[in-house]
Amino acid sequence: MPEQTFIVNGERVTVDVEDDVRLLWVLRDLLGITGPKYGCGINVCKACTSHVNGKAFNPCAVPVGKLSSDDEITTIEGLPGEVAEQQRGANGLHPMQEAWLERDVVQCGYCQPGQIMAAVALVNRVKAEGRQVTDADLDTIRNICRCGTYTRIREAIADGASRM
Amino acid sequence: MPHPHDAQAHDATPLAVDRRRFVGYVIGGATLVAAADLVLDTPAASAEVPTLPQPAELYDLNDMLTDAARPTANLITVTINEDGTAGFELPRAEVGQGITTSTAMLIAEELDLPVDRVRVTLAPARPELLFNQLTGGSNTTIATYTPIRVAAAVARAALLDAAAIVLGDTVAGLVAKGGVITARDGSSVTYGDLAVKAAGSVGSRAVEVELKSEAEFSVIGTPTNRVDALAAVTGQKEFTTDLAVPDALPTMVCRAPTLNGTPVSVRNQAQVEAMPGVTHVAQVSTGVAVRAATFGQCIDAVRALDVVWKAGPVAGESDATILRKVRAAQLPMPKLPDTPLAQTVSGDFTFWFRSNSPMDTNSAIADVRPDGATIWAGLKSPIVAQQRIAEKLGMSQDKVKVNVVTAGGSFGRRLFFDGALEAAEISQEMGAPVKLMWHRADDARVGRTHPLGTCRVQATVSGTNVLAFNQSLTCVETDFRHGLGEIITAAAADLPAGVGNLGFAETIFALTQEVPYDFGAVTQTLVETDDRFNTGSMRNIYSPDVRVASELVVDRLAAKMKMDPYQFRRKFQRNERLLTVLDTVAQAGEWGRSMPAGTAQGIAIHKEYKGVSACLVEIDTRPATTGRQIRDAVTGPRVTRVTFAIDVGLAINPRGLEAQMQGGINDGIALALTSSLHLRDGHFLEASWDNYFYTRQWNTPPDVRVIVVPSEEKVPGGAGEAGVAATFAAVACAYARATGTMPTQFPINHDQLSFEPKSFVPPVPQSPDNGLELTS
Repeated sequence: MPEQTFIVNGERVTVDVEDDVRLLWVLRDLLGITGPKYGCGINVCKACTSHVNGKAFNPCAVPVGKLSSDDEITTIEGLPGEVAEQQRGANGLHPMQEAWLERDVVQCGYCQPGQIMAAVALVNRVKAEGRQVTDADLDTIRNICRCGTYTRIREAIADGASRM
Repeated sequence: MPHPHDAQAHDATPLAVDRRRFVGYVIGGATLVAAADLVLDTPAASAEVPTLPQPAELYDLNDMLTDAARPTANLITVTINEDGTAGFELPRAEVGQGITTSTAMLIAEELDLPVDRVRVTLAPARPELLFNQLTGGSNTTIATYTPIRVAAAVARAALLDAAAIVLGDTVAGLVAKGGVITARDGSSVTYGDLAVKAAGSVGSRAVEVELKSEAEFSVIGTPTNRVDALAAVTGQKEFTTDLAVPDALPTMVCRAPTLNGTPVSVRNQAQVEAMPGVTHVAQVSTGVAVRAATFGQCIDAVRALDVVWKAGPVAGESDATILRKVRAAQLPMPKLPDTPLAQTVSGDFTFWFRSNSPMDTNSAIADVRPDGATIWAGLKSPIVAQQRIAEKLGMSQDKVKVNVVTAGGSFGRRLFFDGALEAAEISQEMGAPVKLMWHRADDARVGRTHPLGTCRVQATVSGTNVLAFNQSLTCVETDFRHGLGEIITAAAADLPAGVGNLGFAETIFALTQEVPYDFGAVTQTLVETDDRFNTGSMRNIYSPDVRVASELVVDRLAAKMKMDPYQFRRKFQRNERLLTVLDTVAQAGEWGRSMPAGTAQGIAIHKEYKGVSACLVEIDTRPATTGRQIRDAVTGPRVTRVTFAIDVGLAINPRGLEAQMQGGINDGIALALTSSLHLRDGHFLEASWDNYFYTRQWNTPPDVRVIVVPSEEKVPGGAGEAGVAATFAAVACAYARATGTMPTQFPINHDQLSFEPKSFVPPVPQSPDNGLELTS
């Protein structure tokens, strides 16, 4: 069986699995990294949103064989590591996670790791463009939340952006 | 203490000495275990179920359960641990509604312990609890408010007794705060130190306690963040498919191309068994199951299977044919006068099938061995699940252990246990543990639905009065075969030819529906027909459809009398609490403010779950909004502002209550504008969140305000479903006012299919492989 090597949450891993198995299953079923959730498997619901080399992506749509050994995958479990220690908040977490806690965004929580990972990437992108997050930016987020926590998600992203 | 049977005859609260004095127990254990009877606070329970199919038997069982002579297995217990924390196994399912948090708050309040020192977990199926382990009807807090506090108060009393001995003081001289008990001389001892000393030595003893008064509350009523939030935002919160049960490998099911079709034979079993990662292929009653090293390999195998199918019971049917059947089942409405003096206003509405599929699809882990089985799943009726699974496996009930796992949403879906039953059958057939997960396509197409129905309303107006208001709901059957969470009532709901279920449905309808206005002679009826679909109680059951039909006609009545919709609702209001929430939203939401053409406000009210709510929305139906282009999306009209007020009675956790209303608002918007299932040729077409259009960020209102109105009521009402009906109705009314046309079907976009349906053979789509090209 082919060997797959990449970096996940700062650690280089090697897994024996066929090239075409999507990364989501390699993370969840083989590596036991269960923060990224399954919600559709077709890159629609965005519950598995994670980061590859600092950008948002959906591991359900990436055959593991397409990763190179230097590709850095960050899941929700590794998100605090994307910022320097002094930028982390009271719980030792990424500023966006801290905003999420303070705003009590979560209901069932299933989509929330993906929501947070998408929010961080959105804020990074908007900040790189030298501007603030607008309602129009928030309207572009495709991550679905069936509990309907959208109001608090929008508030938390604005809050998190101000902390980042 | 009065004899319990005498007490039962005279007083619905048999153990109540007065409203705050109750009896609980300290029971034998290694550390302190304090207990209360879960049916302690019977008024709520008996008020909810007065016309059950077999009331006498239930009453007898209830008598038995309230036997105060000795603690029995049906008690719920608060345990004090040696680390100073309190533990409690909640016999309900946490699905996102926040009951582990509100329960921790109740215990913290009576125990004088910080909320974060209370550990609430979910109890496994406990058949001895009978119908007291059902999570539904927004009833958890209503039913458990008193018993949980009593158990905590008993624990506190036992801790104080033990502390008095340790500290050499009297109980009256002690102060308990933050998990520490301090004596008059300043010496102190922690709950953790007392956990063993306060434990019941041998057997159990009854303890009379007095609950705190509202004036003493410091936790109840204080906005509190969720106890599981940290786990959720760090990816540590575990759902069923996250559990690491040894050897429970990923498992999926290949399903028929028509709804509830069944497998006849597999043409290529050996070929699929040889695919990478695949360990087992097994034909079961619902399809063909595959077990593999990863879910990705399960998807490959499901797609490769070549199966001969027997068509399901609705083969060939579509929305149009089912609607015709429902129309044919409608009973004639009474003839109302239509003269210049007494004019009749009417409305006739269609509500299409809708999905209660949550994010976390039907999933379950099953480890079935020859001598017993263990199940893990998110279950709101675990006792019935345990009994049905035992039947299916040919085992006695006590051989089946059913663990309740926190679920990623429910919306009514988890009242049933379709995944758990299927996983058990598969594990038995394969002879191996399985982690079953439904594909999104399965969950949307085969999972339970809110039935299609029609709702007709007619009302007679004479001058400035409404003389009569008739409403008739006719729909595809709503499945209540989970009963009240226990097999006796479940069996009653499963009598031949739908007779039992109809009685149940009529009971639920009668107990939940009301026209909250002074409209003279009011009648509301329910007719159900057609039991071939997978249905169930979707969040708020009948109320959203009934209230939409009702409130749209109310706006028509107002127009007939040339009255403002808000003033009309005030004039015919008979409930002070409703008047307050109505006035609250009108004021805070600026009812009647000037708005551009193509935009409008809508206002509506609702009363249920011992609470009242009102909603005022603003909608934008102008072309610039409806014409927004977003790929694979429904844009359409946008609700731009929502003002929602609720008087829920005593709000245990106002922050959690606000969250439930925000969620209900987005549900109401989806039901009005975007979300429905389309039945074509015997199957529902939707297989993706880009097919079934639940509210998304581009649909959600940028401005939402929820107002928790201070209540005169001293007891809590229900929260989980309370936000849906008034919002759905307000959006419908606003849309009618903005466009000048009253909509007659919901969602309003149902006639337009806004996506390309995915294949039925194979039944699930392959995952894309271009994810690295779509980073953002």
